[in-house]
Amino acid sequence: MATTERKPILLDFEKPLAELEARISQIRELADDNDVDVSVEIRELEARTVQLRQEIFSNLSPLQRLQVARHPRRPSTLDYIQAISDEWMELHGDRLGFDDPAIVGGVARLAGRPVVMLGHQKGRDTKDNITRNFGMASPGGYRKALRLMEHADRFGMPIISFIDTPAAYPGLEAEQFGQGEAIAYNLREMFRFEVPIICSVIGEGGSGGALGIGVGDRLLMFEHSVYSVAPPEACAAILWRDASKAPQAAEALKITAADLRQLGILDEVLVEPIGGAHADPLAAADTLKSAILRHLEDVNRLTNQQRQELRYQKFRAIGVFAEASA
Amino acid sequence: MSLFDWFANRQKSGPISKERQEREIADGLWSKCEACGVLTYTKDLQANQMVCPDCGHHIRVYSDERIRQLIDPNTWLPTDTGLVATDPLKFRDRKTYSDRLRDMQEKTKLLDSVQTGVGRLDGLPVALGVMDFRFMGGSMGSVVGEKLTRLIERATRERLPVIIVCASGGARMQEGLLSLMQMAKISGALQRLQTAKLLYIPVLTHPTTGGVTASFAMLGDVILAEPKATIGFAGRRVVEQTLREKLPEDFQTAEYLLQHGFVDAIVPRTQLKPTLARLIRLHQPVAAASTLSVHLPEVRPLSITTSD
Repeated sequence: MATTERKPILLDFEKPLAELEARISQIRELADDNDVDVSVEIRELEARTVQLRQEIFSNLSPLQRLQVARHPRRPSTLDYIQAISDEWMELHGDRLGFDDPAIVGGVARLAGRPVVMLGHQKGRDTKDNITRNFGMASPGGYRKALRLMEHADRFGMPIISFIDTPAAYPGLEAEQFGQGEAIAYNLREMFRFEVPIICSVIGEGGSGGALGIGVGDRLLMFEHSVYSVAPPEACAAILWRDASKAPQAAEALKITAADLRQLGILDEVLVEPIGGAHADPLAAADTLKSAILRHLEDVNRLTNQQRQELRYQKFRAIGVFAEASA
Repeated sequence: MSLFDWFANRQKSGPISKERQEREIADGLWSKCEACGVLTYTKDLQANQMVCPDCGHHIRVYSDERIRQLIDPNTWLPTDTGLVATDPLKFRDRKTYSDRLRDMQEKTKLLDSVQTGVGRLDGLPVALGVMDFRFMGGSMGSVVGEKLTRLIERATRERLPVIIVCASGGARMQEGLLSLMQMAKISGALQRLQTAKLLYIPVLTHPTTGGVTASFAMLGDVILAEPKATIGFAGRRVVEQTLREKLPEDFQTAEYLLQHGFVDAIVPRTQLKPTLARLIRLHQPVAAASTLSVHLPEVRPLSITTSD
């Protein structure tokens, strides 16, 4: 987790907050130099900062949420796995010739129980991001995920998946090695597994690339995460013929957790620390862990057959249409 | 009027006669091949299933025509014909989704971008879904997802093979994540079809891309494609932008996919029906079984009634 004191990366809508904070430290310095007691004023300003932060973060527009979801310091799959598991060992490779660093996974112990955890992995800095292809998985990544999930099913270990990708990688080799086939295969097989599957959107849910590890008994999502059928930028370019219309597209596509809960796609929206998950990664990890355990306990009460049936019915029921009697 | 005047007049009226000729093409008497430019008498072209007799180019055909090409006359029973999209997101780009739907429905006389039903293919009972590219680029929203899922569920119950003719740009953006989830829904139904050991053959036609490729198009027991069809996950332009380099000419064609092991065969449209029939028969229990004196239950009940 982000432990060292690093300079915070500010999003544009956080500027009023940064200004307030700068003023507080300015006053403090002035007071120190001149030996004046300003604790009352400072307390007042600090209270205002907290209030303002709360206000800003409870009224984020879809595009602002997208910025929070893509925040470079937002906790990643590896951060959460390390934070919530008692112990874990990463496993590598799809056994078909590839080990895609954009998807990580392995065997772990969660609250004493063996599980398989996996998810998209974005880089923590530019160099890491290049290695991990910005969390955009290739067919080898989806096949690695499949191999790990098959492992979980064989050993009766629940599958815990973390979604955080802008999209499946749109590259020449990705197409050549069957990006579509790799995702499609996972969609079908995830209905077949007998073990519980809990999926959580921790950052960005980008289209088929997200769904490729996102079919489960439960779908959880952090409140500032987004999940979209197409990147708002691409949607704007196609439907508005103007990529600069991304804010309108983000609005229209209904990509926020609150919207998706309303459409009946999510099982639970996870509350984030004020200022977003990156403001307090350990608190976010605690929220995630307790939610996963709660849902796991729920679906564990069912028999394998009941679970498969309910998983099928969960997706079976998604869709909105009218039906005239023919 | 002298003969010379007649020629002069004829030259002057040149453009008009060209217009008249174009009107005749529009009237549908003659059709021009978009690949080689050769004019063919439309009736002949239709008899050849809209494959240019001169260069073999496959002219795009739509769902009604497809059904006619594949299903035996008077055996087609369309299913779930009353399903219609609503506008759950109140989506609006340059036009509202509701208006777009209405315009498309008027233009195509279809309610949405897929037709489903059961019928006989060379005497064999099948469940058939045909996507229609004219309707919002064959995009998949809740209606497509629901109709195909119901078709697959019905086939599982009635033990029918499933054929889906794909033609789609992918998930329909105007229904947001609901569209994406249809990929999972249909794949779930296909998982059950597979467990029931029933045959599923997708036919990939031009174009099959995006969320359709990343779900039911690639989940066939046997996957067929039409010659030169574009088949892929990411759009060619997106890939070019990502890589900033020119892609091979044949990139994402049916031929390219065959070469890379993702389709089983490229079948010219004129051979599609006999090929499908042959494949289905090859997966049926040997004919000799029915001549045995053992009492076998009817494997494929004839539950199809002819329409009308």
